[in-house]
Amino acid sequence: MTALTIERDIQARRLPARAPWLVGAGALAVSLAVGSLGSGPSVPAVVALAVVLYAVTLYVLSRAVEGPRRATDRLAGIAVTSAFGLAMIPLVSLVWIVVSRGLRLFSISFLSTDMVGIFGEMTEGGAVHAIVGTLLVTGAAALISIPVGLFTAIYLVEYGRGPLARAITFLVDVMTGIPSIVAGLFAFALFTLIFGPAYRAGIMGAVALAVLMTPVVIRSVEEMLRLVPNELREAAYALGVPKWLTIVKVVLRTAAAGIVTGIMLAVARVIGETAPLLITVGQLNQMNWDLFDGRMMTLPVFAYRQYAQGGVGIDRAWAAALTLILIVMALNLLARLISRYFAPKAR
Amino acid sequence: MTVGTPPAPVAAAGPRAADRRTGSHVWGGRVFAGLSYGSGILILLVLAAVAVFLVVQALPALTADPTELEQISWFRAESLLGYVGPLVFGTVLAALLALAMAVPVSIGIALFISHYAPRRLAQGLGYLVDLLAAIPSVVYGLWGALWLIGVLDPVMTWLSSTLGFIPIFAGYQAPAKNVLTAAVVLAVMILPIITAVAREVFLQTPRLHEEAALALGATRWEMIRTAVLPFGRSGVISAAMLGLGRALGETMAVLMVLSPGLLFSFFLLKPGQHQTIAANIAAQFPEAAGLSVSVLIATGLALFVITFVVNFVARAIVARRKDFSGAN
Amino acid sequence: MPQGIQVKDLNIFYGDFRAVADVDMEIESNSVTALIGPSGCGKSTFLRTLNRMHEVVPGARVEGNVQIGGVDLYGKGVDPVAVRREVGMVFQRPNPFPTMSIADNVLAGVKLNNRRISRSDAADLVERSLRGANLWKEVKDRLDRPGSSLSGGQQQRLCIARAIAVEPSVLLMDEPCSALDPISTLAIEELISQLKERYTIVIVTHNMQQAARVSDRTGFFNIENTGDPGRLVEIDDTATMFSNPSQRATEDYISGRFG
Repeated sequence: MTALTIERDIQARRLPARAPWLVGAGALAVSLAVGSLGSGPSVPAVVALAVVLYAVTLYVLSRAVEGPRRATDRLAGIAVTSAFGLAMIPLVSLVWIVVSRGLRLFSISFLSTDMVGIFGEMTEGGAVHAIVGTLLVTGAAALISIPVGLFTAIYLVEYGRGPLARAITFLVDVMTGIPSIVAGLFAFALFTLIFGPAYRAGIMGAVALAVLMTPVVIRSVEEMLRLVPNELREAAYALGVPKWLTIVKVVLRTAAAGIVTGIMLAVARVIGETAPLLITVGQLNQMNWDLFDGRMMTLPVFAYRQYAQGGVGIDRAWAAALTLILIVMALNLLARLISRYFAPKAR
Repeated sequence: MTVGTPPAPVAAAGPRAADRRTGSHVWGGRVFAGLSYGSGILILLVLAAVAVFLVVQALPALTADPTELEQISWFRAESLLGYVGPLVFGTVLAALLALAMAVPVSIGIALFISHYAPRRLAQGLGYLVDLLAAIPSVVYGLWGALWLIGVLDPVMTWLSSTLGFIPIFAGYQAPAKNVLTAAVVLAVMILPIITAVAREVFLQTPRLHEEAALALGATRWEMIRTAVLPFGRSGVISAAMLGLGRALGETMAVLMVLSPGLLFSFFLLKPGQHQTIAANIAAQFPEAAGLSVSVLIATGLALFVITFVVNFVARAIVARRKDFSGAN
Repeated sequence: MPQGIQVKDLNIFYGDFRAVADVDMEIESNSVTALIGPSGCGKSTFLRTLNRMHEVVPGARVEGNVQIGGVDLYGKGVDPVAVRREVGMVFQRPNPFPTMSIADNVLAGVKLNNRRISRSDAADLVERSLRGANLWKEVKDRLDRPGSSLSGGQQQRLCIARAIAVEPSVLLMDEPCSALDPISTLAIEELISQLKERYTIVIVTHNMQQAARVSDRTGFFNIENTGDPGRLVEIDDTATMFSNPSQRATEDYISGRFG
């Protein structure tokens, strides 16, 4: 614990508060100058150089004036902050590139036509069949996993005790880690064993997505049910309300906003799944409304397919990615709004 | 009493009155409890079914003769094990590289949000990182293949030319469709989950420990090193395992970024050396039929077992930690 | 119609642990009985066995006999849900349902049980119950506001209104004033003395002055050592208990020579 020896001199020398700012400005100026000397300065290179210069200069200054402990403290602060900055690079670049490239082909007609009769370098055509397919498959997955997830969460919170409940809790956690492609293989194996090796249908993808979605639903619903104070359950019991009606009308009702939010976030998570759909639902360039018969296009697979074909397809892939992100963000936003405005007011 | 209506007749008969409706309530309660219980059991069954169906479908490949396997156009190996081996190697290599990049950054972000950022901003910044988790994997694939490869090209050229004497950095060829690029994309994809778990653990550090360190005159970093990090260690380890599980199973980003190959190779910058199980399945499956489907499902089974073990260990660490820390 | 309560040889267990031992008690109808005693002596646990609420805790069970109006609560075929409709309960902290309006909270016992009730009957029941709980005048203009918008004391009276709307014969109160300020407490105490005209009331309280003010009879529970079960030391008319208790332990507790 030598590092913790108490600093005796309360008026220890400190760098002035504006020092970091001055050093920062200096580092930026120097790296801009260096960048313009070299051939074609790239923004990432200049920023990286500036951060390194800033860290080194401030560390040396601080070590000279304030001593090694404060210098290390400053260095750690810089490292932690740049870690956060580093994580923002993919987010910002991704959003920027999806929006800028996606807007090239994103239009009303992209959202309302399918790919029948589109070939070569034609820029017509669109993803309506893929959007419908995604909504159908994800909707069916939600229809399967919401009741199962809801009731399992109710079991875990309201009924479950002992080893069975512990086993289920543990396996639900493990199930959250099933790779999506394995879920796809499971659905494929299940349906082809029953209906023959050539069977392909939207429902296969829905089952695969349901395997991925159910544990997420269970976790979030469970969390919400545990937030409902026990006093409310007791109040209902004391009024002579049976346990199941207490659960339906008091517990679920009180947690409703949180449950809806959790379910929407779970939907948002699986709606962008690609791999399991690629190997079960397959692809198609026209509309298919029947979940139980034949291949079906979905938005993520559409994006992948168009990318793989190259050419104009790449622009279509970006437009599809933009559509997908808009759907996911809309679901996320809606979920947050619901949880904010419909939660029971605090007591 | 202002209103003196006599109480309802139910009271007269005492508790046994159990008015007629009770019957339907008992029945409803049984159905409801049965549904809940049944759903819980269903979860166990589904997990078992995943394993069983994969085994059943993989069986033909597991028992097939090497000469039969050779009929498959893309099958160039002595045996099934010889085929799965490089795939497992590629999968683990990519995931471990991703983990090595993601963990330090995640810890940094988590500390930034829990201990450095102004309290009012912290929640919003945390939400920004969570947004990364909401982006579909196919979009990461596009981003990796069409943007990141170009950005990493000068970095990797420099790496290969200055550090090329170290074998793992030797032999870079543009475009950067190598395992390191794939690992960078994977690292970005697993950042949010590791950060989220680490952040939770760091925020749970007992205030008392932190204040004890600060009261001894520790700087902020010393407080973190002596109070926060030791407390959060097992949490960070399990977070890393969860991230590893994700990275092992991720398909699309690898499929779209990596130029595949089936070698036990440590050349991180060379294309055409590695492939992961998941990406391989996605690439071959649409054209596969018969025995080749079986082979792919057998590789999927291997992936299932690997991720199951990793997640199992991760959850076991979390569970044990819960047992010891009482009030969590 | 209020009912008397007879308790014989009652033992209460949590798993293997005996929490309360050998209670015998006779409670007359239309009386207020206060249960006092130090923390952890089992008085609340005992109270909860009178409407089978203790069963909500996993592993809890009882041995012995509890009769209300001559019916054995733990007899074969007795539905705990029906018992709770007959024996209402008010809790330590007011707990109105946060998702329901004031009126719906009063009607909770009816609505949560899916029972149909006509609009005029409902309005009638709300008014009658709220008047019964001395709350009507304060809330009659805002019956559709959330129950959680009321003050703590009002919320507790709302919970009492909610309990009496089910028309039980017995009303159990588990430290109903411990979360309230003195003025709200006074309002509840006044209410209790009115309610006994229609209900048999059993109230657990930490406040001996309150026991002396509101009850006809007082029972004293005690626990000798940690780990021992709680026991009913004595029960007698409140006046006797406070002026001339027969047991030394009671006298010590009442005169504050305890702990």
